[in-house]
Amino acid sequence: MNPPEAISTLIVDDSKAIRLIIGRILRELGFTTNEASNGREALEALGSMTVPRVIMVDWNMPEMNGLEFVRAVRQNSTLAGTRLIMITSENEIGRVQEALDAGADEYIMKPFSREMIQEKLAVLEVPIPKEIGA
Amino acid sequence: MMETASANLAHDEFVTIRQFIYDKASIVIEDDQHYLIESRLAPVMEREGVQTFRHLIQQLQQPASEPLQNRVVNAITTNETYFFRDVKPFTVLRDKVLPQLIERRRTERQLRFFFGGCSSGQEPYSVAMMLRQSFPDLATWDLKLIAVDISGEMIRRAQEGCYTQFEINRGLPAPLLVKYFERQGLHWRLQQTIRDMVEFQEMSLVNIFSQLADIDVLFLRNILIYFDEKTRRHLLTRVEHVLRPDGYLIMGAAEAPIFYSTAFETLPGDSSNIFCPKSSPPNSTRIKL
Repeated sequence: MNPPEAISTLIVDDSKAIRLIIGRILRELGFTTNEASNGREALEALGSMTVPRVIMVDWNMPEMNGLEFVRAVRQNSTLAGTRLIMITSENEIGRVQEALDAGADEYIMKPFSREMIQEKLAVLEVPIPKEIGA
Repeated sequence: MMETASANLAHDEFVTIRQFIYDKASIVIEDDQHYLIESRLAPVMEREGVQTFRHLIQQLQQPASEPLQNRVVNAITTNETYFFRDVKPFTVLRDKVLPQLIERRRTERQLRFFFGGCSSGQEPYSVAMMLRQSFPDLATWDLKLIAVDISGEMIRRAQEGCYTQFEINRGLPAPLLVKYFERQGLHWRLQQTIRDMVEFQEMSLVNIFSQLADIDVLFLRNILIYFDEKTRRHLLTRVEHVLRPDGYLIMGAAEAPIFYSTAFETLPGDSSNIFCPKSSPPNSTRIKL
């Protein structure tokens, strides 16, 4: 059985449809999912949930955008082991660099597929719970 | 609108096309792989304005049909590929295999890599980027990365080093994207310095091995499945000869040379599908994982 912190994830996107799709993919891989619709809401959620193994975060959102959220997460030492993946329609190379500089570990450009998420998790050496028997 | 080709493939047509593919590329299509021919050839037929498989076979039998023959072979042999596919072999290569191999080659300062069935180039380019990123000292070594594919169309794509957003989203670590690619309209192009590291050739595996020698790391991933058992055995015998005695053979996640050759063994304690010749030097020079 995987410990809760190994399978906990947070999805941050202002589109409910996108949260549903990413959530379904992550749950099929054996993760548990939490959702927030912007950076501010996500920071609040982090205060009351298991430290997530992975956060998937959009860039453009109201109240607090993804880049500001990534910077805030990287200020929090208890989240040092959390992998941050930006998943966004921003597809300029300067944007990718900006996200990495802010502390994102990986970057996926929308539109995305289940395979892309799986492959990025593999690049980050995040074990897939379903493969190791959650 | 054209009727779907998948509904039209009769058994005798399947057998004829299968034989054509084997004669042309030594590639075996199993009895239950009608779907492969149907799904891969339907787009070719649509492009060519060919309505039925019977008509396609007639076209293939015409004199001067070589361009169409090549398009058919290309459609069947084009593999799914993406950067750093399956990740683990690349991690083991970077963290374990290459450091020890580099140590053993420190005097001669030469390394040779070979990639069989390289498709649109993501596999050799993954290794090229890794070499540049993680082993900058090798820039002064004599490095050779040779990659072959039977499809001329794929080789041209690989040489171009130009990928769609979908392709660069798959498996390519973002730091490498930023460092080695540039946007060109809707595509992403690998920098010339990385493209220049790989020598691509349009050639079948059956033919290329007679031209190779002294390979240090040989990638043969997810390609033997296309050949019959006799050809697999033959190819692995050739691999044994072109690989240096302390070199490495890297195969696909679900493959192992042990099924067709007793000349290779797995690295102890390793599950990344990297193999070495049994005749390799004593344990002192072999990789420790």
